[in-house]
Amino acid sequence: MSPEGLSKPDFDIPPEMQNQVALTTLDRIYNWSRKNSVWPMMFGLACCAIEMIAAAASRYDLARFGMEVMRPSPRQSDVMLVSGTVTKKMIPQIVRLYNQMPEPKYVIAMGACASSGGPFKEGYNVVAGVDKFIPVDVYIPGCPPTPQALLHGLMTLQKKIESQSLKEVSWYKKGPGEAIPVPVLGPDLIDLRKIALIREKSRPVADLKAETASAVEASQDGELPAKEEQND
Amino acid sequence: MTEAVLVNPLDNLVEHFPSGWLKKDERPGYTGFIVEREHLLEFARTMRDDFGFDYLSMVTAADYIAEGKFDVVYYAYKTIGGPALVFKVQVARDDAVVPSLVGLYPGAEFQEREVWDLMGVRFEGHPDLRRILMWEGFAGHPLRKDWKEPFYEEDVKPFKSRWPEGKPVNADDRNPYNDNVQYPEGFDPESWVPEAETLLYSGLQRVSHGEEFKTDELVVNMGPQHPSTHGVFRMVVSLQGEKIVDLKPVMGYLHRNHEKIAERNTFLQNMPFTDRLDYTASMSTNFAYALAVEKLMGVQVPERAEYIRVMMAELTRIMNHFFATGFLLNDLGVYFTASLYAIEERELILDIFEEVSGSRMMCNYFRFGGVVRDVSDEVLKKIHKLVYDRIPRKLEQFDTYLTNNEILRTRCEGVGVLTADQAIALSTAGPVLRASGVPYDVRRADPYSIYDRLEFDVVTGIHGDIYDRYLVRVEEIKQSIRIIKQLLRDIPSGPILAGKPAYQVRVPAGESYGRVEGPKGELGFYIVSSGKPNPERYHVRAPTFINLTSLAPMARGEKVADVVVILGAIDIVLGEVDR
Amino acid sequence: MKNFGKRFGVMSSLGVTMGHFFQTYIVDLVNGKKRYRTAEGIESRRQADTEGIFTIQYPEESLPLPEEFRVLPFLVYDEGENGEKNLRCTACGICAKVCPPQCIWIYRATDPNTGKPSPHPLEYYIDIDICMNCGFCAEYCPFDAIKMDHDFELASYTRGEAHLFNLEKLMKPASYYERIRPANAACEAAAKAEKAKPKA
Repeated sequence: MSPEGLSKPDFDIPPEMQNQVALTTLDRIYNWSRKNSVWPMMFGLACCAIEMIAAAASRYDLARFGMEVMRPSPRQSDVMLVSGTVTKKMIPQIVRLYNQMPEPKYVIAMGACASSGGPFKEGYNVVAGVDKFIPVDVYIPGCPPTPQALLHGLMTLQKKIESQSLKEVSWYKKGPGEAIPVPVLGPDLIDLRKIALIREKSRPVADLKAETASAVEASQDGELPAKEEQND
Repeated sequence: MTEAVLVNPLDNLVEHFPSGWLKKDERPGYTGFIVEREHLLEFARTMRDDFGFDYLSMVTAADYIAEGKFDVVYYAYKTIGGPALVFKVQVARDDAVVPSLVGLYPGAEFQEREVWDLMGVRFEGHPDLRRILMWEGFAGHPLRKDWKEPFYEEDVKPFKSRWPEGKPVNADDRNPYNDNVQYPEGFDPESWVPEAETLLYSGLQRVSHGEEFKTDELVVNMGPQHPSTHGVFRMVVSLQGEKIVDLKPVMGYLHRNHEKIAERNTFLQNMPFTDRLDYTASMSTNFAYALAVEKLMGVQVPERAEYIRVMMAELTRIMNHFFATGFLLNDLGVYFTASLYAIEERELILDIFEEVSGSRMMCNYFRFGGVVRDVSDEVLKKIHKLVYDRIPRKLEQFDTYLTNNEILRTRCEGVGVLTADQAIALSTAGPVLRASGVPYDVRRADPYSIYDRLEFDVVTGIHGDIYDRYLVRVEEIKQSIRIIKQLLRDIPSGPILAGKPAYQVRVPAGESYGRVEGPKGELGFYIVSSGKPNPERYHVRAPTFINLTSLAPMARGEKVADVVVILGAIDIVLGEVDR
Repeated sequence: MKNFGKRFGVMSSLGVTMGHFFQTYIVDLVNGKKRYRTAEGIESRRQADTEGIFTIQYPEESLPLPEEFRVLPFLVYDEGENGEKNLRCTACGICAKVCPPQCIWIYRATDPNTGKPSPHPLEYYIDIDICMNCGFCAEYCPFDAIKMDHDFELASYTRGEAHLFNLEKLMKPASYYERIRPANAACEAAAKAEKAKPKA
């Protein structure tokens, strides 16, 4: 970057940073200090949690990356390693915990189950991926990913942190952050952002039949959408 | 017990009771007796008191929709050893009420709640019949054959949509809500009121009477996200000051619908799913499932495969006990030192598993009729070095480090006591049962595989407190080392699989219950087959799920800090508790 | 304080930990530079008699993977003379049938002239977010066409289409297969040679 460009930036520098020398160096120092001290939240759900513990143990030391401080409290942690299958009974807790984390916060979906429901995807109590509710930064496939794969994933997160720039990060923008609405456990999991969709698609069968008949004529494969659950 | 009973305990059972009370189960491939619902309690009381079947191991139900019936199945054993007493109650699907056995066998409590939750069979006389794995307010009883899950595609796998014209479709796109959900007809989320957990909290005992000091009464939720709960497990504790008045465990936060998925899978496809049940001891779970299906198939496992199986099972036991002890000490506040030492040993054993089966934790190593791959001589040499040199040395170090440590002894002796009678009545299994002084080990009581030829001792404790459970686990590691030394000495050469490797196994119709002594207790698989490629009913008898019944009696009267250690001493793993 | 009669309990525990602490330095001093970042150093830290620091410093050192290690599957192709890729897969569908979570989709090609199915796949998809790395597809393939890979470094920022591997992404050469699984490849080559021998 040429020196002239530096002195006349076309973005908003927060006033307390107006007197800094160069934003790129500041970016680098800021990101370097953040990426080398990411504190994970002690949050293991299932089998991937055992590999997470093994990654924190002496053979694949997480302390070399600055991440051995696993805080049990979400208020003190930087990254939530969702390791294991996310079930509907547990997802309200996960969303609450995510809301309680202070920014800058990251989420790593470790394993196939956290990415998309994994081999248990067809279950009735399994959420098909934690990114249905909270934004995920890094996905680590594997079932379970070996501790070396987890370390590779953490290094990928570090690369992402390195590439973030002060002028674009969300936590320095104006206004408070939006908390994600916590889903409610009803006859099935209710996502509060989809209430209109739920009310519309759960209308009594007679109305739906008329609608799907016309949809079937219009669609290519003629496959009816999944049937409504039968009450016993 | 009369002499006739001891000699031929179960052959003439039908004549022992008034006529019409019970009859033998004559379906092909089935064993046991069918008891009339009205006489169930009397029958169970007679079997427990007069015939000595004091240990009710498993309670489950099977849905026979074609005949319009539920079978509620009970397996009971004697703690002196021997084969099972199997009895069933058949009820119609629309009148599914059965008397509860909780008064006779308190260990049936959680299992009956699970049958109510997943099948919808109501138990009369149950003290607290609430859902256990799903939440209150969930619509439907999932394990019924006519209940279809939201991502339902076809009744059984393999699905026709995968080949020969397989175009990938995201499961979300097939569902009207674009997600893994379904709602009852006419459901309006805005006018619906969420159910609070009133049943749970109202069942919790509050203050005990007769206290002199006025202390705070609190109801505290420990978990599901808590550093000490070993996974997503929640305990609702009612406290008076620091003393626990009552405790109710809440589980189901990791309920991954294993049994429903297993009914859609073929028999072979279930093997990798069993790895994920008790994920710290996957070889044992594989072993139990392979035993259950091999009983139905009637296949004989070759010698070398038996030796390899037992070797892997015992290595798993060593690994699991190290891990459990390390985490028990974590709960005591050692803050990771002991668990780091334990995990070091575990890593060396996991190296062996990785070399033999391909994966550290999800081994998927057992097949019906043997194991999938042979064990090379280098691996046997590695095991030899571990078992003769490293593990005994490290175990001695562990012993020095911990067994006479004053802090450990003060915190663990006399805490969380479970007497022998309580342990048997609550259907506990594994180190928890043996630490209370009951020498019941499935490897001795009902030997499977080649355990009848091996020399080892059944390790028991005396007091039934946490310290005894710790000592029992350490001593069991020594016994496992003893077993592995005998195996290494005697392992023959030969084939490792009976017959050719096949992905379509023919399993004749019938029911079977295959159980092993897993590291955490008696792990069993109850499988009903109707001759088709997939199981008709598949149930896991999870030892830690049933051991958790003993958590509340053990914790009453102890302090809050102790309940964490008591839970650690039971050694739970959530994949198994919630399936 | 009922247990403080055995006065040396806590002391001997602290002795064990202190012994570990000093031993790490002593082992490092004795072994010098060759203990870290070398292959024999890594090997010595995997033996049953290893003492001292147990850490394998990924990413600078990485644990050698055993041959049987399984991550995601890949399809094997044999390299022809003029660089053509002869896929061994005949679209028989056994891998799709035996996969426990059903994450394999195969579209079999049809011969344009006769209209009969022809033995190769037109499309082949594996959803790696559903795959449970069980290895059944590789175990039961009768043509040695699909094998389990060793590459576990798959972390990414997005999923969806990127995690649905198609035929191009899944194809890897037979030379790669022989490099990662030499003993298995040698066994299979021997079995093939046996079968190809003219019957005496």
